[in-house]
Amino acid sequence: MRVVATTIIALRALRRNKMRSVLTALGMIIGVGAVIAMVSIGNGAKSQVEASIASLGQNVVTVFPGNFTSGGARGGWGSASSLTPEDALAIQNEISGVVAVSAEVRDRQQVLANGLNWNTTIYGESPEFLGIRVWALADGLMFNEAEVRSAAKVAVIGQTIADQIFSGTDPIGKTLRIRNIPFKVIGVLSAKGFNYFGTDQDDAVIIPYTSAMRRVSRRTNLNSIQIQAVTPEQMPRIQQEITDLLQQRRQGRDPDFTVRNQLELAEAATATSRTMTALLGAIAGVSLIVGGIGIMNIMLVSVTERTREIGIRLAIGAHDRDIRLQFLIEAMVLSLMGGTLGILVGIGSSQLVSHLNGWPVLVSTTAVIVAFLFSGAVGIAFGFYPAHKAAQLDPIDALRFE
Amino acid sequence: MEPIVKLTDIHKTYASGEVKVHAVRGISLDIHKGEFIAIMGASGSGKSTLMNTLGCLDRPTSGTYSLDGINVSSLGRNERADIRNQKIGFVFQGFNLLSRTTALENVELPMLYAPRRVSAKEMRDRAMHALEIVGLAKRYDHLPNQLSGGQQQRVAIARALVNNPQVILADEPTGNLDTKTSVEVMGVFQKLNDEGITIVMVTHELDIARYCKRNLIVRDGIVVRDAAVNDRSFAAEELLKVAEAEAAAKLTHALFPHANAED
Repeated sequence: MRVVATTIIALRALRRNKMRSVLTALGMIIGVGAVIAMVSIGNGAKSQVEASIASLGQNVVTVFPGNFTSGGARGGWGSASSLTPEDALAIQNEISGVVAVSAEVRDRQQVLANGLNWNTTIYGESPEFLGIRVWALADGLMFNEAEVRSAAKVAVIGQTIADQIFSGTDPIGKTLRIRNIPFKVIGVLSAKGFNYFGTDQDDAVIIPYTSAMRRVSRRTNLNSIQIQAVTPEQMPRIQQEITDLLQQRRQGRDPDFTVRNQLELAEAATATSRTMTALLGAIAGVSLIVGGIGIMNIMLVSVTERTREIGIRLAIGAHDRDIRLQFLIEAMVLSLMGGTLGILVGIGSSQLVSHLNGWPVLVSTTAVIVAFLFSGAVGIAFGFYPAHKAAQLDPIDALRFE
Repeated sequence: MEPIVKLTDIHKTYASGEVKVHAVRGISLDIHKGEFIAIMGASGSGKSTLMNTLGCLDRPTSGTYSLDGINVSSLGRNERADIRNQKIGFVFQGFNLLSRTTALENVELPMLYAPRRVSAKEMRDRAMHALEIVGLAKRYDHLPNQLSGGQQQRVAIARALVNNPQVILADEPTGNLDTKTSVEVMGVFQKLNDEGITIVMVTHELDIARYCKRNLIVRDGIVVRDAAVNDRSFAAEELLKVAEAEAAAKLTHALFPHANAED
């Protein structure tokens, strides 16, 4: 194979027809550009969903109480008062691969301070709660283990509370009354925004779960237990072991709890955006095929138009495969050139969309590599037939062609 | 001395539909090194088929063709392509240069298809040398459409020369040229022939055939006449005559400026 010489010949041929080369490549530019842009936008949406799922906490397994049936009326999940702080302690002590456990007691209460009031959710939690939820403090401190043990009257408040009740003043050290019980504000959380389900996560007051149980809600059971696993891979195992442990602790009674794994939720939430990305990518992929057909079209026209040139080449000693290789290389160069420019156009246009619409975009390296390789493959696939046709020409007929 | 080209009882039959056309019916021909032959004949006489056979573009139906000691009548498509590349130089009626490609790149083309790889520098040097021989070295970077017909044909001759072929085959090389340019092109051929290059050309113009050394007349697929040229024309002399005639015409025009207007 005279690959080097043939490459020179093919490049010279493309250079002779600059305008046509550029127009042919345009199909590929648009095709590849569309794929990159669509996949980037789709990936951006997916990453946004993933981020909002991640804001619910990292590697979290949650235990909820089971169903409580009273007089034939079934209360549904979470209605049983079956989870206790002892369950949380047992999980903490007996299951490996657990980073942190937080017992949670939730209650909606009217809070008062500064002459203002606000209805909000009171979260009774362990000190580990902020770590599990990956939630930073904007100011002050989180309560500690000792304050949990003593059911201290301390509170950490969300940004919404800070804005609504302590607007314009520093809330640290101020007193917040919950059910008329004075709690001292010791910390303010950083803003976390709305979660995937549309709840304002900053509309919260966090107090030790012991204080919530004994002072605010006056109850002995928990609303849930949140467990953080070391790695996402450990979550299914931990989920299973918690189920077994709690079942064992209930000594043969029907299970009155459910164990949920955050991955299940993430799975469901990202499925939509994954489907969207695939759909957008597929539509854009069609334009890539259309670009390939454009190349084949031009190459076929080009073979007919250059029949005499092919005749000259055959007459002065070109083999079939030299002609075939020349047209294949021409098609490949066109499609790869189109692919490269298309990648730049795709990245550029997705950045533009991001800039104009404020959508998150994520240019994935995989998409770029796949699009580039695919454009090369399109060049070979759609360039082969015209190249083969050219190589089969008879030199005498080709020279006589007008 | 062995002939460069040896045709033995060449037949060529085309099957066009039901009817078989016998284009060549038994031609035997020896061409020795240094010969300059014109093959003449009316259209349909079989001279083009003979030329295509000589050029290894087509295979004879029967008979053997030996070129430079190689039996080429049995070779396959790609082997014949190598023979064409190494042993034959083609000059066509319609010049057949690649458009939008410089004279130099056109002349380099046969070397790109050489079985042995030729370095870029050697390609350029050899192509420039071939252009020098035909007197167009200064126009190496011109495109075909920037050259006159005669100049384009000379680029084509340079392309035919560049791989040092055993024989140059020219198919109606002056067919698209005016009388004076035709004489100039024949002058290039005569000069190459004087240096020992074997040339075979097809023409239907008698006065062009007289520039050759040997004339062959083909009719109905056989050679009916094969003779040496007695009253050979020489391009240098003919060009002088043309120049004198032009000068005379100018003189006439200068003396009788209204002579043409009255015609």
